[in-house]
Amino acid sequence: MFKWRSDDFSWVDFIIDVLRVLIVLGVVIGAWNTLSSGRISFAQWVNLFAAGLSQGSIYALIALGYTLVYGILLMINFAHGEVFMAGAFSTVFLAEALNRTGFLNDQPLLAILLMIAFAGLVSMSVAILLERLAYRPLRGSPRLVPLITAIGASFFLQYTFRGLYGSGFKAYPGVKALQGVIKIGAINIPVVQVFVFCAALLLMLCLYWLVERTRVGKAMRAVSENKEVARLMGIDIDWVIMFTFGVGGFLAGSAGVINGLFRPQGVNFYMGFIPGIKAFTAAVLGGIGNIPGAMLGGLFLGVIEAIGPNLVLAGLGIPGANQLKDVIAFTMLVLVLIFRPQGILGERLSETKA
Amino acid sequence: MNMLRSQNLRIVVTVGLLSGAFILYTGAVGMIAAFHEREVVKDVISLGQVLLMLAPFASGFIAANRIGDGGAEQAAILAGGFAVGFITAIPTIVLLLFNSAEYRFLLELTLRVLPFVAATYFAWPMYRDGKDMRFVIGSWLAIAVLIGIVTFSFALIFEIKGDLRSVLVNINRDWVDVVTFDNRRELMTGILTLTIISVAAGLAGSVFRIIPTIPRRALLYGFGVTLLVGAFGETVRLILQENLDRDTMRELFQRDTLRQQPALMLLIISTVVGFLWAKFGQQVRTGFTSMEPSQRRVMNGVGMLIFAGILLMLPWLIGRTLSDVAVTIGIFVLMGLGLNIAIGLAGLLDLGYVTNYAVGAYILAVLTSIGPLGRLDGVFTFWMVIPVALLAAMFAGFIFAVPVLRMRGDYLAIATLGFGEIIGKLAISDWLKPLIGGAQGVQAIPKPIFLGAELKNPEQLYYIVLVASLVTLFVSIRLNNSRTGRQWMAIREDEDVATAMGIDTARAKLLAFTLSAATGGVAGAIFAAKVGTVFPNSFTVFISINVLSLIIVGGIASNPGIVVGAVVLIGMPELLREFSDFRFLMYGALLVMMMINRPQGFIPSKLVTHEVRAAVKAKVAPAD
Repeated sequence: MFKWRSDDFSWVDFIIDVLRVLIVLGVVIGAWNTLSSGRISFAQWVNLFAAGLSQGSIYALIALGYTLVYGILLMINFAHGEVFMAGAFSTVFLAEALNRTGFLNDQPLLAILLMIAFAGLVSMSVAILLERLAYRPLRGSPRLVPLITAIGASFFLQYTFRGLYGSGFKAYPGVKALQGVIKIGAINIPVVQVFVFCAALLLMLCLYWLVERTRVGKAMRAVSENKEVARLMGIDIDWVIMFTFGVGGFLAGSAGVINGLFRPQGVNFYMGFIPGIKAFTAAVLGGIGNIPGAMLGGLFLGVIEAIGPNLVLAGLGIPGANQLKDVIAFTMLVLVLIFRPQGILGERLSETKA
Repeated sequence: MNMLRSQNLRIVVTVGLLSGAFILYTGAVGMIAAFHEREVVKDVISLGQVLLMLAPFASGFIAANRIGDGGAEQAAILAGGFAVGFITAIPTIVLLLFNSAEYRFLLELTLRVLPFVAATYFAWPMYRDGKDMRFVIGSWLAIAVLIGIVTFSFALIFEIKGDLRSVLVNINRDWVDVVTFDNRRELMTGILTLTIISVAAGLAGSVFRIIPTIPRRALLYGFGVTLLVGAFGETVRLILQENLDRDTMRELFQRDTLRQQPALMLLIISTVVGFLWAKFGQQVRTGFTSMEPSQRRVMNGVGMLIFAGILLMLPWLIGRTLSDVAVTIGIFVLMGLGLNIAIGLAGLLDLGYVTNYAVGAYILAVLTSIGPLGRLDGVFTFWMVIPVALLAAMFAGFIFAVPVLRMRGDYLAIATLGFGEIIGKLAISDWLKPLIGGAQGVQAIPKPIFLGAELKNPEQLYYIVLVASLVTLFVSIRLNNSRTGRQWMAIREDEDVATAMGIDTARAKLLAFTLSAATGGVAGAIFAAKVGTVFPNSFTVFISINVLSLIIVGGIASNPGIVVGAVVLIGMPELLREFSDFRFLMYGALLVMMMINRPQGFIPSKLVTHEVRAAVKAKVAPAD
């Protein structure tokens, strides 16, 4: 990657290259220190990896919403994290109700399916309303305008839901079927992690089928390829864009339920902001606009976030390394944007797109 | 004629439902109940009730305007206002019924029927357009099932939870009390009252459209001033008590609320003044513009002098509490002007502006603190550290700017947002705890000392902020008119073209970032000195969003706009405590609405206005 351009050497490149070397050095030294000290056993690494994969699959589900919208409108739907929050926060009440009737523990699969459908539909309506009211009037305006709108919409949604449901944390009830661990030799993997991963994978497969195999998926791909030509082919562009927001919203809402079952600390109105940025990171990591890329990017980010602090930061002698999880994720975001804005799977986009 | 009527009907229903939804929304997020706590006129009306009436009034006026523009006669206009007022009340009435124990069955019924009604509503156009019957039925079924899942879930939730309030926390007694005008016990009386008041307000809105311009303006002015004075009663009282004696104050105010007689007097006086202004204002204005240029210059100079005098005297005029607010506003003016260098002048959307603020605050805190974390034992004073904070913030700005120089637009925004989050997490982490105190922050920051006197009160700190703001204003005006300013403008408009014109874009962008960071650092340092402690929780993304909002609302690249934006957006939640819970709700809504309706801001800079007009022209006539 070192390309020493003698003809147009610029000191910005130089600083960025120095940064690159420093980061590589830091990662290598940190990892070497941790691995040679043997502080963390193999089983613990596997546990971290599994936890990272489950967390990553939630990021991947949210990231798909970013990628779908970006693929079609070339805009970053910054408020997507809030769409995720809307579903997760609304479904807490349903989960409590289902828990109180006992249905949640009698028929966990059906109950969770109902919750996913409900959360998905709530998030979907929020996403569609957002598109209709905030983004549609701005189509074709300079690119920063929809971004600022999205930031505004993000805070508007956060505080709307704070006003509707209150500002406290609400926890999803525990599901008995998801407690316990699966033992493989010395390795214990919690059932809930397996469930999260499988559920997310299933949803992603559904999306893949929708986009690749159905008529409406074909229309989505056509619109993302070229709106004008798609219009000439008789595709209702507005409807397809709305549908895309809806699908992204549904995935985000279901991710909200899965996240709620996975993380016991509960949900509140601010829960979507950080996962939103992280999912955006995942989308960029995989190559924004690229559906398998978003899945891969999400998993990758989850794993890095789980392993990174323990492997690199702890190795560099930083105390409380796990507090800096988010720092790792955001540093990843910045690094990807600097060094490989096209992502892992993305092709280099033309200037108008990138 | 028939055409006209159906068109009017559509206007009335749309406008009415919109304002009804607004009332319902503000109630559901708790705004109405919160605003009810603030009385505008003692025992007459509260801010929450004003909100309840203002919506039907405004929408009645809007609807009447549209109907009137369509050439309808007066009776039709009045009927429109009446109907809008009525429709506005409907959503709230429905929620009231749903919420009451006796009419709960209505909610259950609605939830059961809704899927079928909605499915029919959506499938009907398909059937009408003669789509394939199987397709129509399939769509109907699909929509019914999807909405059915939602309504079934809601029904389940309400069944188990018992009432609406356990989910929607703000649909509570307070809300019912406000919207029924204290008739919680007899719901029907309450609903009737609400309907009557709403209809009256809607009707008043349409009457407002019919009456001639001059009395209309006079009334608008009179009610507007009275409403503002009443709502900001506390602020007005604080200002007045600096200058009036106790007994007069007691006659005007009861605690923070305007009494009835003074309110009536104020209404009459301001209406008369409004009348005079509406009648003779035009003459005054033409008189001014027809003056000799030299005379005009003198008049302008006098105006400027008065303004400068007020700025200088402000702490004495408004007292301590409001001076404190003024310092906060000033800090945000400073940040607004600083961030404007990046956003407004160079077009770099920096969402991590809080980084610089935090750097400035922490530098000042660590270097001057006399607490356990300040190891320098107060060797450094505020004045010595301000330049250090400025340089440190510039350095931080530089460090963070280099990696993002190659990014554009939205990627740059998200990357800087990431920086802001990183700084926040680092500030609170255990890693840097020995240095900057982790979650406990840094305490015991001494106040600045000027000529031997400790500037410990906001009245005195105000001058520091004022001087810093004026310096920043001066620098940013000079920069804007300089060669660098024109380079930034070129980059803002088109980076490729700017590069092609031989502009060193990397250098210009770096300059914009570092200069804007410098201002943020100074603002942070002043903030730290003002508060006396620095906590990591003060440095969140909300600061960046605050600053961004005031720039966008005031007007991008418009210095007066930024000052006004800061006064309104920062001052209002500080002065109207009921507002502070909803400040980010308001900012968010404002950002969206501004971007859709008025992207140049309320007080646009001349240049941006020009650009927007040019863009609109280009959009309208692409064939040229």
